[in-house]
Amino acid sequence: MNPFIVYAIALKMLLGDRLKYFGLIAGIAFAAMLISQQAAILVGFTKQTGSFIRDTAQADLWIMDPQVRFSQDHIPLREMMVHLVRGTPGVAWAVPLYQGFVRAKMPDGTNFTLILVGLDDASLTGAPPLMVEGQLTDLRRDRAVLIDAGTSAKKLLMKNGGKRPMQVGDSFSIMDHDAFIVGSYRSRTSFFWEPVLYTTYSRALGFAAGGERNMLSYVMVKLAPGADLEQTRQLLQQRTGLLARSNPEFIRITADYILNETGILMNFGFAVLLGFAIGALVAGQTFYNFTLDNLRHYGTLKAMGVGNRTLAAMLFLQVGVVSVLGYGIGVGMGAALGLWMSSAGLAFSMPWQIPAVTAGAIVLVSLIASWFSLRRVFALEPAVVFKG
Amino acid sequence: MHVTPPPSAPAVFCRQLSKIFGSGDNQVHALRGIDLQIEQGELMMLVGPSGCGKTTLISVIAGILDASGGECQVLGQDLNSLDASARTRWRGQQIGFVFQAYNLIPSLNAAENVAIPLLVQKMARREAIEQAAAMLQRVGLADRRHALPAQLSGGQQQRVAIARALVHQPRLVVCDEPTSALDHVTGHQVMELLREVASSANRSLIVVTHDARIFSFADRIAHIEDGMITHIAQQASSLDKESFHVA
Repeated sequence: MNPFIVYAIALKMLLGDRLKYFGLIAGIAFAAMLISQQAAILVGFTKQTGSFIRDTAQADLWIMDPQVRFSQDHIPLREMMVHLVRGTPGVAWAVPLYQGFVRAKMPDGTNFTLILVGLDDASLTGAPPLMVEGQLTDLRRDRAVLIDAGTSAKKLLMKNGGKRPMQVGDSFSIMDHDAFIVGSYRSRTSFFWEPVLYTTYSRALGFAAGGERNMLSYVMVKLAPGADLEQTRQLLQQRTGLLARSNPEFIRITADYILNETGILMNFGFAVLLGFAIGALVAGQTFYNFTLDNLRHYGTLKAMGVGNRTLAAMLFLQVGVVSVLGYGIGVGMGAALGLWMSSAGLAFSMPWQIPAVTAGAIVLVSLIASWFSLRRVFALEPAVVFKG
Repeated sequence: MHVTPPPSAPAVFCRQLSKIFGSGDNQVHALRGIDLQIEQGELMMLVGPSGCGKTTLISVIAGILDASGGECQVLGQDLNSLDASARTRWRGQQIGFVFQAYNLIPSLNAAENVAIPLLVQKMARREAIEQAAAMLQRVGLADRRHALPAQLSGGQQQRVAIARALVHQPRLVVCDEPTSALDHVTGHQVMELLREVASSANRSLIVVTHDARIFSFADRIAHIEDGMITHIAQQASSLDKESFHVA
């Protein structure tokens, strides 16, 4: 039988029953949307966990306590480590960085917790990538701090009478020390809810001083030109007894820790699997029902001399058409939903791998659906052909 | 390789044909040693109560089912000697089917439905549609060639099905309850059409039916009960119609 005619008949059979046709596409689209959207949220969360490290990526290595589990995990180091690192061969420069959770109070009395980042006083290395208001050097002014312009409306809202977010020019207190907002910056969306404020390293220590003798969180290291990362890392670790992690490594351990400890990986992984399973069930069941409804016609074609291979080609074409359309609609809907979620500040990221993996999942769903249908078509029974 | 039987050879020759479904305690003997010979050009009716094995018998004769035992030669071809795909090809070339529920593909129009057996033989679409239209004209539906099955009456659908069964000039036409879904007048018209259009010197018809009103169209009537042929009436007029169960 001419393959084009076979395909034309198969498509006419498929399009002939509009309700089932749309049902099939909806089933596949639903599965594709669930899989791609949930996976994109998971990737979005994963990316957010490393946003601080990415925003502070001027260094090649981060020197930290071996027990540090993620980027906001403050386990203090001795101040002298900065000097020890600076004196290590292969190091171009090394600067201290403070990062920790501290309590603060807004002008109207609203209490809140913030993540305070202290940058090297001299170089201000580790600063956020983009200033919105003011200059980075304004941090050298008395009591100066920078706030995140992107999140201040939500995270720095004065709830006890102020009824407005804190802004440049406002004064407030950090651990009972006066602070003054001199500028704002824009950064990547963070996984953590707490607002991130930047100041100088020495001022951060002053703000956060709570009786601890050592306050240094990290030493950020830039390699000298031509220095080998592995060799320098080994040397630094030998000299300091600390751990030296590259940016990608630090991003990875942070993501691993947060995703696993918060249950996000389990929850969203389960949601992706659930999307796949529900999609497979819906699409499989709908297609199987479509096949059952048309079994008499497949049987008639087979009785009239159409072979199994041709019937299989017809089925695959039918499944293929609904799968491609359903996949496109589903991933499109997932992406549209993601755009809306992103604009609302929620985690969503859809790299090309997600549509690719979703396509693979949909192919699998389609093959499962086809398999059960093919079994019925191949096992042609006279009762089906003759009695319908 | 398909065998063309000599003019005097029977169209269907079955000897001690048996068919068993299932195994062990669940075995069902659908056919128990059927002996049947149908001549070329003959219209043979198979009658009997529901579940007696009529459909199983025509399924074996048409090459849809394998026999469990015995011998079955159809149009000179021993069906047991053909593998599944060869049998499918043979069936497409040699057998025409008329079904109780017409089995027209709802999304294809009348001409496209009729053209399917020709398309299966790899005929070009335009030629197949032309021949289908000519066959529709023979069954009195020339003006309905573009109609979808849902737009046709039951009698018209069955006429389309008859056109489809004959368009590729099969040597054997198998009809399963062709009139059971039709009223008396339409059923009579359909049988007249089958007699007129389908019958020829070397084309045989097997008609499975419960419909005693169409017995008169048969050359012979085989009565099947519990998987066995109990008797064959040589002429329809000599048969006691009251002896048949009508389910």
